Amino acid sequence: MVGIVVWQQGHRAGERIEHPEDPLAARYAGAASPDAESSSAAQVSGEHEADSAELFSVLIRKPDGPPRVKLAGRDPQGRSPEAACSTCHSIRDPNFGNTTPATLDEFHQGLSVAHGNLACYACHNPQDADTLRLADGTAVAYQDVMTMCSQCHSQQAESFAHGAHGGMTGHWDLRRGPQMKINCIDCHDPHSPVYPKMVVGFKPKDRFNVPADDHHDHEGADSHGEH
Amino acid sequence: MANTESTPQPTSKPSLPVVQNFTRRAAVKGAFATLGAGAFVAAVSPLRQAAKNTTAAEFMQQHYTELSPEQKADVIARLEAEAKEQYGADVQIADDRPIPGTKFVYAINLSVCNGNGKCVEACHKENNHDRDTNQSYIRVVEMPKGTMDMEKGSTTYTGTVPKDDKFYLPVQCQQCDEPPCVDVCPVKATWKEEDGIVVVDYNWCIGCRYCEAACPYHARRFNWKKPVVPAEEINPDQSYLSNRVRPVGVVEKCTYCLHRTRRGRLPACLEACPTGARVFGNILDKDSNIRWILENKRVYILKEELGTKPAFFYYFD
Repeated sequence: MVGIVVWQQGHRAGERIEHPEDPLAARYAGAASPDAESSSAAQVSGEHEADSAELFSVLIRKPDGPPRVKLAGRDPQGRSPEAACSTCHSIRDPNFGNTTPATLDEFHQGLSVAHGNLACYACHNPQDADTLRLADGTAVAYQDVMTMCSQCHSQQAESFAHGAHGGMTGHWDLRRGPQMKINCIDCHDPHSPVYPKMVVGFKPKDRFNVPADDHHDHEGADSHGEH
Repeated sequence: MANTESTPQPTSKPSLPVVQNFTRRAAVKGAFATLGAGAFVAAVSPLRQAAKNTTAAEFMQQHYTELSPEQKADVIARLEAEAKEQYGADVQIADDRPIPGTKFVYAINLSVCNGNGKCVEACHKENNHDRDTNQSYIRVVEMPKGTMDMEKGSTTYTGTVPKDDKFYLPVQCQQCDEPPCVDVCPVKATWKEEDGIVVVDYNWCIGCRYCEAACPYHARRFNWKKPVVPAEEINPDQSYLSNRVRPVGVVEKCTYCLHRTRRGRLPACLEACPTGARVFGNILDKDSNIRWILENKRVYILKEELGTKPAFFYYFD
């Protein structure tokens, strides 16, 4: 399970006062918040104090941390082992000649990468395999992956900060409750970031969907027989 | 004949009354009278049906805007009891009123919408729509590239989306500032509230469907039949002007999920969108997301030339 934590508070960070409660406790409808009673009372009477001092936060989900690499086979206890990146990479020197998985002799060979012309070490940190790095070489924790994405995708980052990119749940009105947002890699696989295709599931059977050979004017024609 | 009339003989009188003077004119009269009576019975049969389904309290109910707080409480208690009786569900029907200083506006990013239809499904569930017809307030129109004329699109597409030569245009009520649907209602059963939401009093609607015809966005729906929703699927979190189960024969529409949004929450369709294409907010708040979008993105208004002034925008980035 990935924890929900405050990553940033948007461009109006100065105006938004972080809620004193634990963000997880304050999640959804602000049920655990001290002013929950007043906001529910306001909703009934239709009144609301426009300048209520405390605003809830915009909570952005963070990744767990560095990825774990699943290894082939099972250990004597029957568990399928996982290794941290540094388990291997701390004892191997980085080979900057490998820019795609295609040139690798071992490991990561099935990985399909379709992210512009980026080489592995454009994002992964050759000095510390359990972190990422910015273009200037600064190490960035995996949890803060959005900082790295935003270097190139600043337009998306700006839209994200204004709610115009990325999914969200919770409240539009931060006076009444928090808003939860997902991060870049929840939708975009960093190695192959094109948003995946989807299959349409649910379809209304309205009159525009009635097949052309069906001349029934009324959808409920059958139910008239019951009267 | 004359002889029999002048000297009646009781013993030979038939047990059934004999129609005297049985002319053709009388026969025709009688036949038409019978037909007329039959036609009348047939004509009023819906009324008999209605009387069976309508309580006196429901019949006598005033227009929503004229109800006193006490009357509203009675009406809501009756509706909750009806939901229990007819659908076996324990529902809470609130009377959510507009938040002062709020004007709701919706925006959809057409650059990322991929037509997957999760919003359509979320609306269906959230708003207690009829399960048989998969009713929903949202239609996603698959559009050929190169036009913004929604009438050229199709809602029947299936399979994998997005298709290369298409884009996807979700259409629902645009909560117009000049709503033609409100203008044409002969009984004022639909009106625009202070926060911009166009609502329907389902108990005042007479089902004439003028509004459905007047709406250029095909956003209104008519309940051809009594909605069928299993008790365990009923969303009990309801509001009088919003997602309470609607009676048969009335018009309904998207309310921007006012039972959620007037309590500060986001609409169900927005939360369900996996692409993050949907944005909702208060346009009177100059720091709101929606305000930033209108000021910074390329924004399109659907059928703007009709002068309906929608509170619903489409944008590209």
